[in-house]
Amino acid sequence: MSVRTLPLLFLNLGGEMLYILDQRLRAQNVPGDKARKVLNDIISTMFNRKFMEELFKPQELYSKKALRTVYDRLAHASIIRLNQASMDKLYDLMTVAFKYQVLMCPRPKDVLLVTFNHLDAIKGFIRDSPTILRQVDETFRQLTEVYGGLSAGEFQLIRQTLLIFFQDLHIRVSIFLKDRVQNSNGRFVLPVSGPVPWGTEVPGLIRMFNNKGEEVKTVEFKHGGNYVPAPKEGSFELYGDRVLKLGTNMYSVNRPVETHMSGASENLASRTQESIAPNPLAKEELNFLARLLGGMEIKKPSDPEPGFRLNLFTTDEEEEQAALTRPEELSYEVINIQATQDQQRNEELARIMGEFEISDPPRRSASKGDDLLAMMDELSLC
Amino acid sequence: MVAADSAGPEDPGVRMFRRESSIPLRCSAAALCNNLSVLPLPVRNLTHFGVVHGPSAQLLSAAPEGVPLAQRQLHAKGGAGVSPPLITQVHWCVLPFRVLLVLTSHRGIQMYESDGSVMVYWHALGSGDASPVQAVFARGIAASGHFICVGTWSGRVLVFDIPAKGPNVVLSEELAGHQTPVTDIATELAQGQDCMADVVTADDSGLLCVWRSGPEFKLLTQIPGFGVPCPSVQLWQGTVAAGYGNGQVRLYEASTGILHVQINAHARALCALDLAPEVGKLLSAAEDTFVHIWKLSRSPESGSIEVEHCHGECVPDTQVCGARFCDPSGSSFAVTGYDLAEILRFSSV
Repeated sequence: MSVRTLPLLFLNLGGEMLYILDQRLRAQNVPGDKARKVLNDIISTMFNRKFMEELFKPQELYSKKALRTVYDRLAHASIIRLNQASMDKLYDLMTVAFKYQVLMCPRPKDVLLVTFNHLDAIKGFIRDSPTILRQVDETFRQLTEVYGGLSAGEFQLIRQTLLIFFQDLHIRVSIFLKDRVQNSNGRFVLPVSGPVPWGTEVPGLIRMFNNKGEEVKTVEFKHGGNYVPAPKEGSFELYGDRVLKLGTNMYSVNRPVETHMSGASENLASRTQESIAPNPLAKEELNFLARLLGGMEIKKPSDPEPGFRLNLFTTDEEEEQAALTRPEELSYEVINIQATQDQQRNEELARIMGEFEISDPPRRSASKGDDLLAMMDELSLC
Repeated sequence: MVAADSAGPEDPGVRMFRRESSIPLRCSAAALCNNLSVLPLPVRNLTHFGVVHGPSAQLLSAAPEGVPLAQRQLHAKGGAGVSPPLITQVHWCVLPFRVLLVLTSHRGIQMYESDGSVMVYWHALGSGDASPVQAVFARGIAASGHFICVGTWSGRVLVFDIPAKGPNVVLSEELAGHQTPVTDIATELAQGQDCMADVVTADDSGLLCVWRSGPEFKLLTQIPGFGVPCPSVQLWQGTVAAGYGNGQVRLYEASTGILHVQINAHARALCALDLAPEVGKLLSAAEDTFVHIWKLSRSPESGSIEVEHCHGECVPDTQVCGARFCDPSGSSFAVTGYDLAEILRFSSV
């Protein structure tokens, strides 16, 4: 599908991650300075120039599992530590939120406005750090350059690619359930009222023309929805009114982060099958991760500040319970990779592994390839 | 299910279609346009359905009650890459002497016997002069006489000459008319007249090309787009029906390209059109969760094409991605939705 999808996927999921971390930092009463430093560290890693260069190269999308590793590393680019259950929950919330936004996009092109909403909010988090602001603006410039000239058809392909990435993900999120935008089966509510997309007429009219192009007859019909015209088009400029609210921060002190986990029972059989089957392409994914993560510059532990644990759950008991009761098909732990014994891992991978800051040593380290695997398995256990 | 609209004024309040039991799928449908192919087999009282999941496609045949009898999973050939190649469309092509199932993907074109059991032909797509930012794929499938036409990412339409039996499929022609990826192709049986338009191709820019098929295809006319893709197109008695990304359905005279009808039909992008040729019924389905059924006719005075709204069906919370009539008289239709692991069926009351 579209090889232009990864930057949008990464930036929007990253934006959602920051919203959630920000809310949890507040909920855990982390002092303002410390919380700001966490967000600053993550955002400057996320928008690192070299990393963005890798990200913007035309490429296919990778599995949800491979991408999760990138966010694992990103979250741990700061002094916070997330255990497996909290990291799972964080990734679930991020993916469900962005899936919702992609599904609701009035036009395929509006996925760009959703991205801008995330970037606008990210700029709010780092408004006191001009250096990082410049990094984000640089990414904004890249987005405009790459996506500004794409046709509606190309955006449609991007949206289809994103929707295929999110297909069969039916995790219920309480904030969506409360807002009645998600049904109890995990499917989203699709409204049949409100403004139509920019460039679309309110349905309900048939116009007929003669051979000379003159309108000879108009007939109304009852469409069944209750739509109104689009107010105006959102701004695709660096600063401007995006009009669209999708992608803005939906969490607040009064709207905490919560998830209900639901096993995707309807597709259980097929999903299980997929995860058991050895994945011959995993080596490619490792190379992708190596390249992408290679661009992420993590600061050496010169930082004397001790790390602290962030909990995505209200209590430690809930977190433990979640780890025990997580449906198997939603687990990111087990990875079937056949290529682990491959000794010719590139030097890049070795370099990355040398940089990894994992407080516990990985359990096995037969080769560098294994190390990265171990990281995918174990990073969040630290 | 909510009936958005009842029948015409003579018949207010009467539901035209009711929901039948749905057919379970092993995997959910992918968010692709025209993501449902239907092949009615009246002799055996069966209907074949084909739906794309993503890297795989599912074929199944069902009895009238919707009980799936035989199932088959097809995969895209040519798996070199980071992730398994994605399928873009499956479609049954009814040729004079045989029926072939055609599968298009990001790697190439696969042609199977109608039950999907044997692959009779494989055409690999070359990336040719594609830039690295260009996605390479085939999309848009239709049969015209003994030809099968398949659209591609580059805008070229490949015309394959299909033998009455056996695997000796020949790529006979490449049609250049489109500059952007082909989205859909529609055909109808030429009725013997000269200069009869019998093939129409659509693309991502909304451009339509109208052709006359034959040993050499002839481009008759081009109908310009207006900045939105045309994901689905149909051809009926010399009239082109085109569904667009802005929710509109437009009807053009195929031979001249003159616009005769413009319907503000849907609130979101169109994803499928279908025709019941025996009765001139047109079905339109869109991402706004609605399926509409229209009656096409020719004005007795002017001879120009007219249209009447017959039925609207809301499929709640379903981003529709495929919809087809299940019989040539348009008395039943089936619908697929993104992320939905079933085929919904409706039939007239």
